Amino acid sequence: MMKRDVWRSLDELEDSKEFREWLHREFPPLASEMLGDVDRRRFLKLMGASFALAGLTACTGQPIEKIIPYVKQPEELVPGRPLYFATALTLEGYARGVLVESHEGRPTKIEGNPEHPVSKGASDLFMQAEILSLYDPDRSKRVTNDGRIATWDDFLTVATTERKKWRENSGAGLRLLTGNITSPTLLSQIETLLREFPSAKWHTYEPLAPVSAAPLYDLTKADVILAIEDDFLGPGPAQLIYVRDFSSRRKTLEGAKNFNRLYVAESSPTLTGARADHRFPLSPRRLTEFAQLVIERKGESAATAAIIEDLKRHPGRSLVLAGDSLPQSVRDSARNWNRPLQVAEPPASNGRPLSELKEDLREGRVDAVVILGGNPVYDAPVDFEFEKALVGVPLRIRLGLYEDETSEVCQWHIPEAHPLETWSDARAIDGTTTIVQPLIEPLYGGKSAHELIAALAGNPVVESYEIVRQYWLSRLSNDEFEKHWRKAVHDGIVPMQIPSSATQLPSAPQEHSSDGVLEISFKPGPSVRGGRYSNNAWLQELPQPFTKITWDNAALISWTTAQRFHLENEEIVDLTYRGRSVRAPVWILPGQSDDCVTVHLGYGRRRAGLVGNGVGFDAYGLRTSDAPWGSGGVEIAKTGHKHKFASTQHHQATEGRDLVRCGTIVEFRQNPERIARGAEPEPAANETLYPPVPTKSYAWGMAIDLGACVGCNVCTIACQAENNIPVVGREQVARGRVMHWIRVDNYFEGPAASPRIHFQPVPCMHCENAPCELVCPVAATVHSSDGLNQMVYNRCIGTRYCSNNCPYKVRRFNFLEFQRNPFESAPVLKLLRNPDVTIRTRGVMEKCTYCVQRIQRSRITAEKENRTIRDGESTPACAQACPAEAIIFGDINDPKSRVSRYKASPLNYSLLGELNARPRTTYLAGLRNTNQEVEKQ
Amino acid sequence: MSTATEPPIVAPGYDSATVTEKITEVVLKRPTGLGWICGFALAFALLMVLNFAIGWLLIRGIGIWGVNIPVGWGFAIVNFVWWIGIGHAGTFISAILLLLHQDWRTSINRFAEAMTLFAVACAGLFPLLHLGRPWVFFWLLPYPDTMGLWPQWRSPLVWDVLAVSTYLTVSLLFWYVGLIPDLATMRDRAQRRAVQLIYGVMALGWRGSARHWKRFQCTYILLAGLATPLVLSVHSVVSVDFAVAIVPGWHSTVFPPYFVAGAIFSGFAMVLTLVIPVRRIYALEDFITIKHLENCAKIMLATGLMVAHGYGIEAFMAWYSDDRFDIYVTLNRILGPYAPAWWVLIFCNVIVPQALWFKKIRTRPVALFVIALLVNVGMWTERYVIVVTSLHRDFLPSSWGFYSATRWDWMTFIGSFGLFLCLLFLFLRLLPALSITEMRELVWKQKEGGK
Repeated sequence: MMKRDVWRSLDELEDSKEFREWLHREFPPLASEMLGDVDRRRFLKLMGASFALAGLTACTGQPIEKIIPYVKQPEELVPGRPLYFATALTLEGYARGVLVESHEGRPTKIEGNPEHPVSKGASDLFMQAEILSLYDPDRSKRVTNDGRIATWDDFLTVATTERKKWRENSGAGLRLLTGNITSPTLLSQIETLLREFPSAKWHTYEPLAPVSAAPLYDLTKADVILAIEDDFLGPGPAQLIYVRDFSSRRKTLEGAKNFNRLYVAESSPTLTGARADHRFPLSPRRLTEFAQLVIERKGESAATAAIIEDLKRHPGRSLVLAGDSLPQSVRDSARNWNRPLQVAEPPASNGRPLSELKEDLREGRVDAVVILGGNPVYDAPVDFEFEKALVGVPLRIRLGLYEDETSEVCQWHIPEAHPLETWSDARAIDGTTTIVQPLIEPLYGGKSAHELIAALAGNPVVESYEIVRQYWLSRLSNDEFEKHWRKAVHDGIVPMQIPSSATQLPSAPQEHSSDGVLEISFKPGPSVRGGRYSNNAWLQELPQPFTKITWDNAALISWTTAQRFHLENEEIVDLTYRGRSVRAPVWILPGQSDDCVTVHLGYGRRRAGLVGNGVGFDAYGLRTSDAPWGSGGVEIAKTGHKHKFASTQHHQATEGRDLVRCGTIVEFRQNPERIARGAEPEPAANETLYPPVPTKSYAWGMAIDLGACVGCNVCTIACQAENNIPVVGREQVARGRVMHWIRVDNYFEGPAASPRIHFQPVPCMHCENAPCELVCPVAATVHSSDGLNQMVYNRCIGTRYCSNNCPYKVRRFNFLEFQRNPFESAPVLKLLRNPDVTIRTRGVMEKCTYCVQRIQRSRITAEKENRTIRDGESTPACAQACPAEAIIFGDINDPKSRVSRYKASPLNYSLLGELNARPRTTYLAGLRNTNQEVEKQ
Repeated sequence: MSTATEPPIVAPGYDSATVTEKITEVVLKRPTGLGWICGFALAFALLMVLNFAIGWLLIRGIGIWGVNIPVGWGFAIVNFVWWIGIGHAGTFISAILLLLHQDWRTSINRFAEAMTLFAVACAGLFPLLHLGRPWVFFWLLPYPDTMGLWPQWRSPLVWDVLAVSTYLTVSLLFWYVGLIPDLATMRDRAQRRAVQLIYGVMALGWRGSARHWKRFQCTYILLAGLATPLVLSVHSVVSVDFAVAIVPGWHSTVFPPYFVAGAIFSGFAMVLTLVIPVRRIYALEDFITIKHLENCAKIMLATGLMVAHGYGIEAFMAWYSDDRFDIYVTLNRILGPYAPAWWVLIFCNVIVPQALWFKKIRTRPVALFVIALLVNVGMWTERYVIVVTSLHRDFLPSSWGFYSATRWDWMTFIGSFGLFLCLLFLFLRLLPALSITEMRELVWKQKEGGK
């Protein structure tokens, strides 16, 4: 280029080589890179030929496909009738026994295993949602080596070469990193491997679990419970046991006898706090003081004095539960206090902590690291700079369900088989062992951890089934192994106790620096845990219990704190903590302690998949190893931007309407009827223009015990799984189009700083005088003879009048073809659908059916056996999943049925009963067991 | 009916021939002006916006609009009620005033009836489009279906379908029957063969014989009698769509009369909005005189007061019933998140029409035009307030939500003006905008001093 008078930039004036290069290559793929010898004619020739040849390929004859019926019917398989298989799913390594429903070979629904001591037929969020993770189209589908597609055999070749090296140096540079493992088979495999390579080391890391898990206590015997920053009713491996046992002491049917009492001190509302008889919102710093006051009796205040008195009054029958974030001394004292009620030590794996691995990585002592599961690059403490340290290792092997952040920096990624695709075993938090059996061949060709470890141990051809069976062969029984094995697999329980070999490791130091005004507190995401479930659309769309936000996490602050820093709801702030900064939107939460910012982990994933990528902010970016649950010294800076949350409930005050009725047991004993009595009387049954609906056969009804409900949301997910309810995505939730058939309403009552928190699950009420039926112009919603309010999808034309006229707003409308949105449209998800429930098209209304497909199934069974449907034979998905047994369903025409007995309770009331809709779903008012002494404070 | 002191309905100096000439020349002689072409082009562009919005709606579904749970009805129903209401003035003018021998109606009735038809056409679109599955709209009709299914008669939506379709049929017939002698006149005065043929076919062989006139008069009066109850029934039924529901803010017995008054109120506002420019552009000030405008204004004032009374009664009943949900809805309308809409409606529908007490304002077309426009806005807002604020916060606070219209809502609403205006422009260009027959009769009556 010549120097010219007219120039466009200083670069051009200078006319440097780089600039010419840049100018020349401005459109590299097109202009300058185009091969010179293809001229226009040749290009057209090639194109013509391509078209002609492409046309030829269309002449291929389609393969002839024959449908062949079973010649020999597989055992027990009747087309159209599901089979149930017992297995187990793990959460942070601990098993929960499940029964998986399988329709012609495809698993569709997960329920708790009634035989299993942890689940006893109930389930938690993650059990229910695991079925979606099984089919997740974003799961990794192939072995990759440096990002290129490779095969399992390629990997085995590498493993063989490596083994030679390890044998020479006794595995000095080999490191194994796993999550918490309770599988006896896998533990023994690792043990064997470590025996072969004595210098190799095994590390475990669970971002959410403390190094030493608290023992399991018997809540049925606890009269008084004080929980300090311990969300024992919240999500976790012991949730099902604790919720069931806790609620068993809150039953009002027999006259509110034997009530327990719960005190909770916590920094941010939890499910446990919501159930408390007395709740104290305290910042983490003050929580420590509070704990020391109560447990170590270091000084006393009036409130703590009353609590101590109460605890003392029940020696051996009271519990003090101290959360992981409290100082070790406090937790040790609490553990001592609780010893009489301790029932089991949870099994723990003996891997070395992550901090040691970090040291080894930094010193360059590691030649090969094998990461089984987990996602340490994402969730390891930020000060470990794990990603940087990991890249330095010559050989990095990863077994994972997803090609996530950790796989990104590993040379070898091996797709992991989902727990529902492989044989394994696992132990529950109470020590119960379950054989994990597969429900389906690995969908995406995954390998199990057993197979990977076997390959590393030089045994590459053996399959998981053989490995697991081999382990149990020697242990289960000497004679008649086959019989015992079959029974153990069938029942989902291995009838033998394995002694806990866990050696308690020193707990990670939890430091509490008191610098700064604000403290930060890290909590697991209420529905995504530490990020394991980030790519589960059901869980992402599940409204979080107190904020009701979906598809997001927030920096939770109290109203006072917000005022102090001049923050508004949904304002985006910079959180700076120990030199690191994260940008997060603020949510002002009633009941949040002052001077405390609570952030939920598990969001802000980069490589979670289509669902989880970029949802929320990554709170791990602030979490350091010395204070994994938070500490003081966080700073908030305004950015001036706003973030729009997709919340499903915008209003959490009851506006003085008696929607949630509750009282204390003292009031209940004085006058049982008064608590449930509404402000306005319910009209008499005959106050209607229309003739009564005859209820000669069954009359289905439901009772929801607000005293038992802990607000865990599992009913919503169970219903979603059972009824093929679509996920609609963040934008549609924000528009008010969430599709859940049963929702859990959350109300705050009283002062914003320390409100009383109520939950109220709301399904369709199946009103006898249903307002929706009256206004439908095409009779698309009608009453059945057994009192169900039914939706006829293919008659519905979508006027939405029924929804307008529904006082409970439980009807859901298909505003768009939700089955076609990105979260629902993957073809593999068709396998997930319950074949007994219609997929709804765009433009029709839908709602809770009381799981009519289950009623019909039990009706068919009953009619074949020439009897009536037994009480409890048909249970809707929500009631079946509920760990608190808060939802009771049955025939209200039968006075002996459970639901009839619930409805006969003086605490029974109809929501908005004064409207004379006569809902079939009624509520039992909740009771609190308050302490007069504390009340006075 | 005019007394000596009142100004005449038609400016003096016209006879049958000049009346005929003046009305027909608008269609037959006047060249298609640039103004008409521009106006029609604009209207047509809006109509295309409507087509586009409807097309996308049918492809994607109702979710492109802002409706949600709890606000299941939004712009579509607001627009439906508003357009239907506008239609009412036409029927009121042509039928009720005919039966009451209000001669002044003559020069505006054709126009008002056309407006009714076009407004009902626009209105009719919305309930169909707002269905989740509009292609099965005919399930709303009682027809012999192979499954033996009938509509669900307890639902006001079924009554609504019947009421609106009856209204459309009767209005169309009434309008067309009234047109027949005029079409014959057009046929006779047309110069070109094709035009003669078209008007001739539409005139259904009218020869102006005494028997024809006899039959015509009889039919016309009968149809007027049929249309009269419809003025009251259609909007009553529309109001019942709301009143039957148990939604606080809807469930109210005051709705039928209050809706009918509101309909006539907004209808006359629309008549004025359209007539004031048209009489100016087509130089029809001699036929549509200040007296017409003033009479329309008086009716607006009267119905406006009824509407205001309705608002008052609604608030009073909420307080008097001591129903906490009703009280809340009333307060929420006045003070809640949609309060601006409520205050707009109070300003436009209650405060502004009070100006019509003054004769000076009633006789000034520009002032009337502005007031009529504001009343149109106010009545649309009133329907918005009724539909949206009642639904967005009903019984359970947990389910409270918000509604905001999307661009597709706005496009459909604005597009419906395209349909209305297109039809109106075509009407003005192709048909006699005033009833020639009745104008001739009126001129004769005026000359002869009545019957």
